[in-house]
Amino acid sequence: MTGQRLAWVMAAAVLVAGCGDKPQQNGDSQVVLIGQASPLTGPQAHLGKDNENGARMALDEINAAGLTLGGKKVVLEMRSEDDAADPKTATTVAQKLVDEGVVGVIGHLNSGATIPASKIYFDNGIPQISPSATAVAYTASGFKTAFRVMTNDAQQGTVLGDYAVTKLGAKRIAIIDDRTAYGQGLADEVEKAAKAAGGDVVAREYTSDRSTDFMAILTSIKGKSPDLVFFGGMDPQAAPMIKQMKQLGMKAKFLGGDGAQTPNFIDLAGAAAEGAMASNPGLPLDAMPGGSAFKAKFEAKYGQIQNYSPYAYDAMHVLVAAMKRADSSDPAKYLAELPKTDYQGVTGHIRFDAKGDLAGGAVTLYQVKNGKWQTLETVQSGK
Amino acid sequence: MDIFLQQLINGLVLGSVYALVALGYTMVYGILELINFAHGEITMMGAMVALSVIGALALAAPGLPGVLVLGAGLVVAIPVCVALGLLIERVAYRPLRHAPRLAPLITAIGVSIILQNVAMLIWGKQYIPFPAILPQGRHTLYGASITDVQIAILLLATAIMLLLILMVQKTRLGRAMRATAQSRQVASLMGVDVNRVIAATFAIGSALAAVAGVMVSAYYGLAHYYMGFLLGLKAFSAAVLGGIGNLGGAMLGGLLLGLIESFGAGYIGDLTGGFLGSNYQDVFAFFVLIAVLVFRPSGLLGARVVERA
Amino acid sequence: MSSVLSLNKTRSRWLTFGLLALGLALLPFLVDAGLGRSWVRLLDLALLYVILALGLNIVVGYAGLLDLGYVAFYALGAYVYAWLSSPHFGLHLPFWAVLPLGAALAALFGVLLGAPTLRLRGDYLAIVTLGFGEIIRIFLNNLNAPVNITNGPQGINLIDPVRLGSFDLSQSHALFGYTFTGIHLTYYLFLLFTLMVIFISMRLEDSRIGRAWVAIREDEIAAAATGINTRNLKLLAFAMGATFGGLAGGLFASFQGFISPESFNLMESIMILCMIVLGGMGHIPGVIFGAVVLTLLPEALRYTGDWQRNLFGQIYIDPADLRMLLFGVALVAVMLYRPAGLLPSTRRRREFADAQG
Repeated sequence: MTGQRLAWVMAAAVLVAGCGDKPQQNGDSQVVLIGQASPLTGPQAHLGKDNENGARMALDEINAAGLTLGGKKVVLEMRSEDDAADPKTATTVAQKLVDEGVVGVIGHLNSGATIPASKIYFDNGIPQISPSATAVAYTASGFKTAFRVMTNDAQQGTVLGDYAVTKLGAKRIAIIDDRTAYGQGLADEVEKAAKAAGGDVVAREYTSDRSTDFMAILTSIKGKSPDLVFFGGMDPQAAPMIKQMKQLGMKAKFLGGDGAQTPNFIDLAGAAAEGAMASNPGLPLDAMPGGSAFKAKFEAKYGQIQNYSPYAYDAMHVLVAAMKRADSSDPAKYLAELPKTDYQGVTGHIRFDAKGDLAGGAVTLYQVKNGKWQTLETVQSGK
Repeated sequence: MDIFLQQLINGLVLGSVYALVALGYTMVYGILELINFAHGEITMMGAMVALSVIGALALAAPGLPGVLVLGAGLVVAIPVCVALGLLIERVAYRPLRHAPRLAPLITAIGVSIILQNVAMLIWGKQYIPFPAILPQGRHTLYGASITDVQIAILLLATAIMLLLILMVQKTRLGRAMRATAQSRQVASLMGVDVNRVIAATFAIGSALAAVAGVMVSAYYGLAHYYMGFLLGLKAFSAAVLGGIGNLGGAMLGGLLLGLIESFGAGYIGDLTGGFLGSNYQDVFAFFVLIAVLVFRPSGLLGARVVERA
Repeated sequence: MSSVLSLNKTRSRWLTFGLLALGLALLPFLVDAGLGRSWVRLLDLALLYVILALGLNIVVGYAGLLDLGYVAFYALGAYVYAWLSSPHFGLHLPFWAVLPLGAALAALFGVLLGAPTLRLRGDYLAIVTLGFGEIIRIFLNNLNAPVNITNGPQGINLIDPVRLGSFDLSQSHALFGYTFTGIHLTYYLFLLFTLMVIFISMRLEDSRIGRAWVAIREDEIAAAATGINTRNLKLLAFAMGATFGGLAGGLFASFQGFISPESFNLMESIMILCMIVLGGMGHIPGVIFGAVVLTLLPEALRYTGDWQRNLFGQIYIDPADLRMLLFGVALVAVMLYRPAGLLPSTRRRREFADAQG
């Protein structure tokens, strides 16, 4: 009798499983797709791959630990797409992920790609967590599906501007930006914060992300004798700029954002780099709460950490934690849980503000000493 | 006053680099009436090749004096660029010498894209640092500063330009070049081997480009596969400003453009009360270009009629 | 006898036409089913580039004026749409008012660019237009201060999609018992505009104006001598080309929802030029072919990355880099071996043959 009943139950279960509208059934567990988008080709391929690896490591851990949602065993699967860091390709890729039926997305890497893609995720109700996009515009759209686990440009700029005046004691500040979305956004925030802290912005000059000659604007800045020059832009400009400052005999301090806080900056600027300061959002890896453990695990599996993989790792955990709280992988259901995130991750304590930005994102300042970037201090952005 | 003097120095150094590159454009245009779009990329190739040699030497023999290492870089870069220039002329321009005007211009753009991408495949997408091998001396002059490298650029550029003018005016090849520029057909009737003269023009232009490329990368301390494009465009503007086809014009145009950019970026903010800033620096070159072409198409010194279909 | 023949001919023509129409109407569904929805999106983009390429074709292909700053008109159209139909200025005008305005402003700039450059020919014109394109881009990139007009490098976000009353083209709609997604509907809208542009181009080609342009392209002095008003016709070519560029820009802004100056750089101009050179300058089917192939090419090249990874275990040549390299090689190779393009018009082929001979 019992044997017979068991057989019936099993037959019914097979039948139900066979009739289920989700084709992705694997034994008695359900496959849930999560998207990842970053540049896997092009100049930033190494960063994109790093993000992918970070997200994958989290995914593997979650699967290994076992995930049950709505009483069913769930296996997560990642769909990784290459957006080539290009806005147009990003929208194509976003559409592809939505078509494939992902329930959430970790990505994209660059702000330029993240912003147009976020509209597609929003239109389809798919939650998105970017591990690395910093432009303010990404979360300013008001899309309730857009989140990030990275300090944004406004938070970084505010810290930098304030730091320049209060900690570095700069009274007269000159600001240069490279007229890219990143450089201009950051420089504007620095200007605001520096003025708010009582600093005097004596010059605002501009260059482009292709220039290597800054003599004209630096000469004009020199005439206004600032104590500090801030540059919003990337290392290929920051390096010759600091060299030319030395050539012109300028004594002002040099401060940059994360675009300048790279090993390449020191290679390109050589001896002129000594004493330059720059910031990077987040904590240095060795200061992250779970940094050293993450580093050991990650490097055993994928090799050297490039930059944002800890953030991609945390983003995946944050996404799945929301699913767990909602007890569902249905985006319509677990999206409501994301804003309530309160997660202790590798990169720090992750909570979101009303816009989906990281609340109280940290910014770390570094200085070149003896040809190496050394940590000065970490500042929490006041929010 | 010290600011003014400093901007003057900045402009002259920048301008003499433009002038060197502009010479290449103007020589080719003078003879073929073709904008050799790829000329900027040859400059880039020169910088890249020289930098590879210099980088390798600086590692292999760190004790060598900087000027010697730089010279070695040039010695390798010049023949490479000359060969490249000849190859481009042979493959992409010569077969189209009698095709409609649009055709060689489009191949020129194509060659320029190819060179950029080949350079990117060989040397990667990162900016490459120029090793610190040159003397870093700095002199102060009435409150303005000038470095050894800047002085060297000014001297070298002037010397090269004088030599070039001498060559064109005094030698047989120079005479043949002038004859070919006036009329290719008549020159060939007079026994000038036109193909050889054109090839020689490309070779000389490419050699100048190699020197300019090395100068630029030594001055700014870096090189990049994209560096030739904007430099080429500005140099071309300089050539047009001075009067294309005219060697003296290219030099004048280059220096003027350098000064315009320097003073423009330095003073525009103060002059317009902050309404326009240095963000419009790159507009100056294009604006000058358009204004010259519209109001005085033959340029400042050019006497030739440029409007030819 | 002959009337029967011509009747047959007309009938077969209508048949071809009908089949073509049916094919175009079903295309997004076939592509969706066969290749996935992201390819429908690419199809939308391809149509956009067909419009752009046909616009540039008028200037370069018909009138023979090499314009390297064409992307400026595309940018203007996009920005007009963004200004009048986004939260940037708080204006939300309907698309049927905004698109013509964008096209008209682009046309005005076409004339503004054309007027001073009338005297210039060939390569000088190319350089001046290149400069013009860069100037427009630099201004768009910097006009966020002192008065915020373009929002600078940050670009303009949240641009309205095309809406007719309450019918929002970016959302899915159930029509005739079938759900049409936004990108399917966009396809039909873009197709409509593309067909319109093709129709205008075809009519122009065979008109007095079109023949006059060809005459100017062949020999401007001879054209002027035969009584053609070269000044007005050249301006008209610039204006017409710019109009199509502006139209495409508006459509792009509505489709993408976000625009910034980096989308309108020189490479974009060169890519559009590649399309018409590759397909065949001055020949409509050739230009359409070139635009479609070059839009889909990067997506197709993406697979070379997978092949390389499967074959060698790593990627040697990045597909994105391969694309640019191929563009360059294609420009040179086409000019050397098939100067009239891959799908040349008979007239153009003759012309190049004459020149070579």
